[in-house]
Amino acid sequence: MSTAGFNSQNGTGTGQTYANGPSQNPVALQQLPGVSYSMTHQPIYNPMQAKAPSPPGPGPYPSAPYQPVPPVSSYQPGPPLTSYPSSLGQPLLPRPPLSGPPSHTPPQSASPSPGPRMPPAQATPPPPAVSSSSYYPNPQQPMAPAWQYNTAPPPMGPPTSISAPPRGPVANHVNPAASLAEPRPPSSAPYSTAPPPRVSQSVTQPPGPGMPPTSMLGYSQPGTAPPPMNPMVPNAYQPGRAAYGPPPTGPPPIMKPAPPPTGPPVASATPPPPKGDGAVAGNGPQASNSYNHVDNKMAGLAQPGPPGRHLGHYPSLPPGYQNTSAPHGTSSMHPAMQAATQPYTQAPQPYQQPPGGPGPAQLSPSLAAMSLQSSTPEALRVVNLLQERNLLPPTPVPAPTPCLPQDLQKINCNPEVFRCTLTSIPQTQSLLNKAKMPLGLLLHPFKDLSQLPVVTSSTIVRCRSCRTYINPFVSFLDQRRWKCNLCYRVNDVPEEFMYNPVSRSYGEPHKRPEVQNATIEFIAPSEYMLRPPQPAVYLFVLDVSHNAVETGYLNVFCQSLLDNINALPGDSRTKVGFITFDSTIHFYNLQEGLSQPQMLIVSDIEDIFLPTPDSLLVNLNECKELVQDLLKSLPTLFGKTMETQSALGSALQAAFKLLSPTGGRMSVFQTQLPNLGVGALQSREDPNQRASAKDIQHLSPATDFYKKLALDCSGQQVAVDLFLLSAQYCDLASLGCISRYSAGSVYYYPSYHHQHSPAQVERFQKDLKRYLTRKIGFEAVMRIRCTKGLSIHTFHGNFFVRSTDLLSLPNVNPDAGFAVQMSIEDNLDDMQVVSFQAALLYTSSKGERRIRVHTLCLPVVNSLSDIFSGADVQAMTGLLACMAVDRSVTASLSDARDAMTNAAIDSLTSYRQSVLTVQQPGLLAPACLRLFPLYILALLKQKAFRTGTSTRLDERVFAMCQLKYQPLLYAMLMIHPALYRIDDLTDEGALNINERTIPQPRVLQLSVEKLSREGAFLMDTGTVMYLWIGRNCHPNFLTQVLGVPNYAAVPENLHLLPELDTAESQRTRAFIGWLRDQRPFYPSLHVIRDESQLKANFMQNMIEDRTASALSYYEFLLHLQQQISK
Amino acid sequence: MAFTFAAFCYMLALLLTAALIFFAIWHIIAFDELKTDYKNPIDQCNTLNPLVLPEYLIHFFFCVMFFCAAEWLTLCLNLPLLAYHVWRYVISNFLHPINYETPAGSLEPAFLALGCRYMSRPVMSCPGLYDPTTIMNADILAYCQKEGWCKLAFYLLSFFYYLYGYVFHFRICPSC
Repeated sequence: MSTAGFNSQNGTGTGQTYANGPSQNPVALQQLPGVSYSMTHQPIYNPMQAKAPSPPGPGPYPSAPYQPVPPVSSYQPGPPLTSYPSSLGQPLLPRPPLSGPPSHTPPQSASPSPGPRMPPAQATPPPPAVSSSSYYPNPQQPMAPAWQYNTAPPPMGPPTSISAPPRGPVANHVNPAASLAEPRPPSSAPYSTAPPPRVSQSVTQPPGPGMPPTSMLGYSQPGTAPPPMNPMVPNAYQPGRAAYGPPPTGPPPIMKPAPPPTGPPVASATPPPPKGDGAVAGNGPQASNSYNHVDNKMAGLAQPGPPGRHLGHYPSLPPGYQNTSAPHGTSSMHPAMQAATQPYTQAPQPYQQPPGGPGPAQLSPSLAAMSLQSSTPEALRVVNLLQERNLLPPTPVPAPTPCLPQDLQKINCNPEVFRCTLTSIPQTQSLLNKAKMPLGLLLHPFKDLSQLPVVTSSTIVRCRSCRTYINPFVSFLDQRRWKCNLCYRVNDVPEEFMYNPVSRSYGEPHKRPEVQNATIEFIAPSEYMLRPPQPAVYLFVLDVSHNAVETGYLNVFCQSLLDNINALPGDSRTKVGFITFDSTIHFYNLQEGLSQPQMLIVSDIEDIFLPTPDSLLVNLNECKELVQDLLKSLPTLFGKTMETQSALGSALQAAFKLLSPTGGRMSVFQTQLPNLGVGALQSREDPNQRASAKDIQHLSPATDFYKKLALDCSGQQVAVDLFLLSAQYCDLASLGCISRYSAGSVYYYPSYHHQHSPAQVERFQKDLKRYLTRKIGFEAVMRIRCTKGLSIHTFHGNFFVRSTDLLSLPNVNPDAGFAVQMSIEDNLDDMQVVSFQAALLYTSSKGERRIRVHTLCLPVVNSLSDIFSGADVQAMTGLLACMAVDRSVTASLSDARDAMTNAAIDSLTSYRQSVLTVQQPGLLAPACLRLFPLYILALLKQKAFRTGTSTRLDERVFAMCQLKYQPLLYAMLMIHPALYRIDDLTDEGALNINERTIPQPRVLQLSVEKLSREGAFLMDTGTVMYLWIGRNCHPNFLTQVLGVPNYAAVPENLHLLPELDTAESQRTRAFIGWLRDQRPFYPSLHVIRDESQLKANFMQNMIEDRTASALSYYEFLLHLQQQISK
Repeated sequence: MAFTFAAFCYMLALLLTAALIFFAIWHIIAFDELKTDYKNPIDQCNTLNPLVLPEYLIHFFFCVMFFCAAEWLTLCLNLPLLAYHVWRYVISNFLHPINYETPAGSLEPAFLALGCRYMSRPVMSCPGLYDPTTIMNADILAYCQKEGWCKLAFYLLSFFYYLYGYVFHFRICPSC
């Protein structure tokens, strides 16, 4: 059940509240054990992170593919293969249980030089290790040699211990950890602070933002879980970050009373030399191996052996491009490369280039220049996009970490909830303009969280002038006074705040949960209510015209609601009501005492009125039988209707009238263009123009009826959610306004039919279940405050902007994302850090008024290079997408497309002109922006913005709505889908969640070149998954996973994988199920063959390839380069 | 004749401009209130929108009067504002949007051009220019405030100009 995991009841338990002051309920207090108070760890929610631990390597740049490079290979070409079981369908090494014996697991063996330098114990890995290498006559052998080899080069000192840690199933690494402990330089001390159970991980695992040990552990051992609220910043990771912390020019942030030691970077921990040597020396031999590394994109960089890499290049590339991997180039590239593998530990490297490393002498001149460049933080490492083909990390891209002092960083807000496009804020607007990158925030404020501290308090401590909630980034001048971090006013600490309910001690205000957590929820006292908290009220408005009955959605809806009627969030006051409409409006009297529901028909749609105002919305608990009766009879009630007209506008007005006294949620199901009464619309789409039109018309609403109604709804705390199930044009651009301004959500099921589109039906069912049972907040407002000097420019999402920083959200749901464009009004000269605070005040379904507060703290910098090094490419893409949607609607689509391209050109130009000191040919980008052009191209080819391909107007508009409304995590999948090869899933590096083993294949580039007829590939576009079966797909996969004897027998419309009792099938289903579990909506699966109709959809997502109307990635880069050098 | 048609026009324009000055001040105050969160944008738009067309019509009306009185110089001075009004209310809707492409390297970042351009009249069923859903956008607020100040300055200057014109015509004519 994809939805199951999402119904987290955050903080609703009584045990989770903090009592404030000594007089509080002792029971509640007792449930708070020290630090981990009230936090329950729910593994389900760890979306992207969770994926991180993929087999090969730790960070976004796995070290694994890299590892083969070092001299190892010269002795032993084989071993590296083991890390990638790619080409053969054979299952590789069974994943050892986490709790297993301390002996290492195969993947490690393949790994790096450093670890290996271990004692003999390591040298004898268990035999089962490797099976894959086709090269080796003796499959068992490869392991051992690898280790032997590793012992060979003694000179690589202890320091390497951290730099190239293997990371497979990390937990088993006990031995290495122990052995490492000794040589570890003093500066790495932070590592040792890791709690005992995790020690092995924190040592062996290279710090990568994406894969904090905690997240892995979270799955396997929920109990032991990690520092509250900040899974992103596990201990192991910090040392690296610290090194990265002090930007060359930036002043070190000093804000907290006790600034942490930022300095003595762990530099010592990452000695590049071994690798450098490896690259140079090992290249030749490596080449022969590269065959197996075909899939390892990262490997392509490091060990691009010339002959072997038949996959490494674009189909039609200029020669120069293909040659990039010449051994010379790559070897000299090496230092940079290494950086890539270890984004965070790498920083120190420059300061510590050990003598043994590849001296400049070994490098070609241009590369020498490059190595100089690399003396900047990893994020600024220069990447020549035209040469480096394999930029996509094998695991989801992690959010960059702001370079803050460790203690601030540790408690900073989770990037999934709150992130900024620039993790280093420029000091002035002119600096920001110079950098030419958008500044904005992306929020997912009501996200279902696994750990959420909840505080009950009679006084909520806030700044007296700006009303900021007290947060971890304020400073305490002394025990009784604190200084607001947004307006800098000095406030008094109230008496009650002196008492800490967690430790039950007095006089430690800075230990209070409010000051320890960047995300916190308050139970608000009565000052925060304008009226008594409203009950949960749900009104369903159903289209029952002929068209609607044809689609058969009523059955599904009624059944879903019947199934979930007890799971609707609410309390004893919950009310429900139903309205159906075709050319007339039908109300249902469900008053207690009636023997059956009574239908009341109002045919005067011009002047709508409520026939019996008080019995149409009824208490669910009191009238449950009547409601159930109604739901059972509804589908048949209209079975014979011949009414084709739809008076949606009037129905909405009626529903608004019904709901306006209380507020609540209106769910509208519509299957055709409303064509009667107020709000009637005309078809504006000309199907013939879909592909040919130069500019897309009719993206803006045709009438303001829906917008005005939505504003009225918003004023009465009514949100409208729209479910559009239609084969024909419905003018979503106009209809969508009803949800957009009332903070509702839009669901669209094109061509929904109960028989013809089973995949849609399944998706509708799952979406409904989630929709009906998810958490909901009523009569909400969200205010976003930021440090003086910054101001909010524009909001993106579904809401009504009530004042410059206040959003009115009649309903808030956990699946809504928001984006905010910021501008810098006053210079931030004397500030080290700035903070942003989003406070969401809502009424829970239980009638409690609550405030959820998120605070994000970011450093201020004054040099362009620091700004660039802090760029968050995904957040930028998400924000640009929102801006481009606005622009397409208010100006034109071509405008928006040009502007997006220009955004990429501008930022790269600015980088080249202002940051790069050594000019080189090529298209240069800092490492942190290396994916920017790819994402921009992906946006240009996204359904919302593409031109030249036939796209239905409604689908385009829906894609636009989604881009603005989806949280970044899911929006990124829509923009740049993930492609996996799944016919050779193995348990290597798999996750272990709730006793299930989830394989972790690597993410492939979206290019046909990555496909092979022998394989099966899964493309995950967020809402849809395509499973493409190659013509010559291994029969093993067909029989074991699809349950068909051969390729020809794969059914045409397969959308469910059969539940076979084979290991392959279980793995595949586990993987797909895991992907689905991570998101609140239900992606439908389509199995497609070469001749399937859906193949076109699949291929359209191959964004790196050329299409009839759009550039290939390489051509796009050339275009950018041309524009930049102009 | 002491009191020519031109003098009458000036006198009328003088009075009407005084009214327009009040409109402009009202406009400025209204947007200031919006900016400082005193008012709800829906209410504010509901009060502002009905004033837009009257303002434009008043201005148009005395432009026509000056045309009839053959006061060409005065008419010329007013034409830019008249043209702006027509553009703001009518034409900007139909104009194909100007391509905002900023050349790479120019100071204004391209992503700014990605922002909305709400200067055209939104789809509205009632007369008026201001849409409560977009009015809180920082660009639009700033634009509207600037527009208010510029208009206030223009009306003030023209007020004194009309005063002068009125006196001039009133004085001159007795001598002829």
